[in-house]
Amino acid sequence: MSHAAEGASVHTASSPNTMVNFGFWVYLMSDVIIFSMLFTMFVTVQSHYNGGPQGHQIFELRDVFLETMALLFSSITFGLAMLNLHAEKKNGVLLWLAITFLFGATFVGLEVREFLNLVHHGAGPDTSAFLSAFFTLVGTHGTHVTFGLIWIAVMFGQVAVKGISPKVGSRLFRLSLFWHFLDIVWIVVFSTVYLAGVVQ
Amino acid sequence: MDILGKLTLQSIPYDNPILMFAGAIMIGTAIAVLAGVTYFGKWKYLYTEWLTTVDHKKIGVMYLIIAFIFLLRGFIDALMMRAQQAFASGGSEGYLPPHHFAELFTGHGTMMIFFMGMPFLIGLMNIAVPTQIGARDVAFPYLNAVSLWLTASAGMLVMASLIIGSFSDAGWTGYAPYSGISANPGVGVDYWIWALQISGIGTTITGINFFVTIMRERAPGMKFMRMPLFTWTTLCTNILMVLAFPALTVVLALLTFDRYLGMHFFTSDGGGNQMMFINMFWVWGHPEVYILILPAFGVFSEVAATFSNKRLFGYVSMVGATMVIALLSFTVWVHHFFTMAQDPLRNSIFAIATMVIGVPTGVKIYDWIFTMYRGRVRFNLPMLWLIGFIITFTIGGMTGVMLAIPGIDFKMHNSEFLVAHFHNVLIPGMLFGLFAGYHYWFPKAFGFRLDEKWGRRSFWGWLIGFYVAFMPLYVLGLMGMPRRMVSYADPAWQPFLIVAAFGALIVLFGVVSMAIQLIVSVRNREQLRDITGDPWNGRTLDWATSSPPAHYNFAVIPTVEDIDAFTDMKERGVAYRRPDKYEDIEMPRSTPAALVIGALSFFLGFALIWHIWWLAAVTGVGIIVTVIVRGCNDNTWYTIPAEEVERTENEWFRQLEKAGVV
Repeated sequence: MSHAAEGASVHTASSPNTMVNFGFWVYLMSDVIIFSMLFTMFVTVQSHYNGGPQGHQIFELRDVFLETMALLFSSITFGLAMLNLHAEKKNGVLLWLAITFLFGATFVGLEVREFLNLVHHGAGPDTSAFLSAFFTLVGTHGTHVTFGLIWIAVMFGQVAVKGISPKVGSRLFRLSLFWHFLDIVWIVVFSTVYLAGVVQ
Repeated sequence: MDILGKLTLQSIPYDNPILMFAGAIMIGTAIAVLAGVTYFGKWKYLYTEWLTTVDHKKIGVMYLIIAFIFLLRGFIDALMMRAQQAFASGGSEGYLPPHHFAELFTGHGTMMIFFMGMPFLIGLMNIAVPTQIGARDVAFPYLNAVSLWLTASAGMLVMASLIIGSFSDAGWTGYAPYSGISANPGVGVDYWIWALQISGIGTTITGINFFVTIMRERAPGMKFMRMPLFTWTTLCTNILMVLAFPALTVVLALLTFDRYLGMHFFTSDGGGNQMMFINMFWVWGHPEVYILILPAFGVFSEVAATFSNKRLFGYVSMVGATMVIALLSFTVWVHHFFTMAQDPLRNSIFAIATMVIGVPTGVKIYDWIFTMYRGRVRFNLPMLWLIGFIITFTIGGMTGVMLAIPGIDFKMHNSEFLVAHFHNVLIPGMLFGLFAGYHYWFPKAFGFRLDEKWGRRSFWGWLIGFYVAFMPLYVLGLMGMPRRMVSYADPAWQPFLIVAAFGALIVLFGVVSMAIQLIVSVRNREQLRDITGDPWNGRTLDWATSSPPAHYNFAVIPTVEDIDAFTDMKERGVAYRRPDKYEDIEMPRSTPAALVIGALSFFLGFALIWHIWWLAAVTGVGIIVTVIVRGCNDNTWYTIPAEEVERTENEWFRQLEKAGVV
């Protein structure tokens, strides 16, 4: 496959079949391993409270619900950005990228607030193995979202400056893969950590 | 807050003459190299042609340089350990304090696996795989350079630990809780963590890169079942890298959080679970064994076929065995800790899986032997290493099956028997294979062969030295000697340890011979010149290029019609065929970004080890900015015009004509 030919148009560039996109899929698979190791760790020590608080004592489901909604809606808005990309509407892409960014930032903001609250109430990551695993698992996801936000900001700049080119479209496609991937991971976090924690 | 974190002048071990001497040699060598580059005015050449290159062939050579530097360092550690144990008997304490001895066995294992074995095999992959599959470069040349410089910067951290602070004394596996902050508050474990973390990320990227390269960049006609065996084993190795290395990333990160943020993953208090460290470490660690050994199996397959002048026996079974080994490598990790209180059923399952993995390995051994059977075997250096491997590795494999039986393992674990076993598989299985590959592809990478006479001396040094050094350790294990002892009371062990130390000296002869071989070969390079690019009568596409290959490898991408693509082309008389017209070739541009990321990673690691938070923040942000700037660059390819391609090709074809090949 010729490198020059890659991304002859916005449409071919954002097909999952180009070599770069395939490579990005493989990277995402390695990230799946990272998260599955963290889930394994969490499940193993989720009842090791060390005399500290338990899940149902500290989880605020209302905030977690808001976080979930923010992230799910951000996936929809990113989808709309991609539709605008395929329609080659630059302003539409910019608008929906910006909205996606706001939803994502809301998610990270809520998570940071939750973490600060917990630390403030003496339930920091050094309290127990359960809380270590909780902060690490949820925080790793949050860190991914934060890098996703940086990436959205960079792509916003690229679209604004360079317009819609095959290369930019190809990058946006990979960003969308990343963003939806984080959504899926969050669904598992939500179920395994928060829901299961409150039910216990 | 102190601007230098935990770093003070007391961090430099002035009181240890051995370390100061080693440090002086290291710094002296570095200064000599830098001075040499300056004196010969080669900085610009070095920067434009090597440090910023994304060419897989040059990246491969730089990996080999890293590997040989660490082979030397790891080997010196081994010599020192053997010397210590030869003397420290019956009340004598030897010449090394316990802490230093512990650093030696930790450093030896860490360096030999992460900074000798891994760079060596990745270097060979870089040199051989793109040309074997008829590609012009890897899928992601820039990421390839990033991997290289991450490995190099991690290696630099290990080097720095020699004279600034100290290295870990927790063993190369770094088991918690001993590697935790309460038992091990110094910087040693942090050096270990960050060196492995940085190089591990580089390896994950390499895994993605070569996996995509082999899946997507093969020449037309090269179906999966026409891929050369080295490409096959590389493919399996890279699948393992992508799936296994993230586990190492996680386990190191969790240990980091324990140490830096007071978390309780693996601590004795707070609800931590130390078994999880061991489990997660070996979930990476056992596949890692096959990551190390599969590429060597690939080299042996190429060597067996080429030097027997015959197609590889049992190609399909060889491919199948490779895939089965790759799969099973994820199912045996518990055999590294049979004694840690699993129930017998679980131990039995993993014991059986471990023994089953011997079957595909046995298939391979027979395939190599049958490849030689009725072949016209040429005993060049790669072939010697293959034969040495087959015999020696089989012994190691059999002691492995012994250890796979939990009942025996309960007696033998953590003994010198185990040390003898894993050296007996890794030295022939991995190192001999890498040496075979080094001799096999050296002419491809540099354009001249390696000297045979000194090569043979080196081979015999390594082979005989290996037996003399490690067979006594089996006996010592059966006598009950635990591994990693700085001194011991039982004088009955001493004679065996003296023999083992003598064996290490024979290996030293092999190492020195190898160094002399390189010098002699460079000096005699005109006589050893590889004019045609095909010095061994090769069978695969890597030998269809000039030596060293042109920057673009192939002016015209070849079409593959057989497993032994190049032999097939030679037989049909279509090798070295010139096209009617050369075309422009697109190649990736050199970039300093990878070098910058590597350099910043070194300082990031150093800052985190010494708690220099401002430097960590600056370098961390610097890495992100570099990635972004590079990521916004749309102009990463350039065109080699057809005329230039034609000039280069004409040059080579003149040589071929002179050699009478065309």
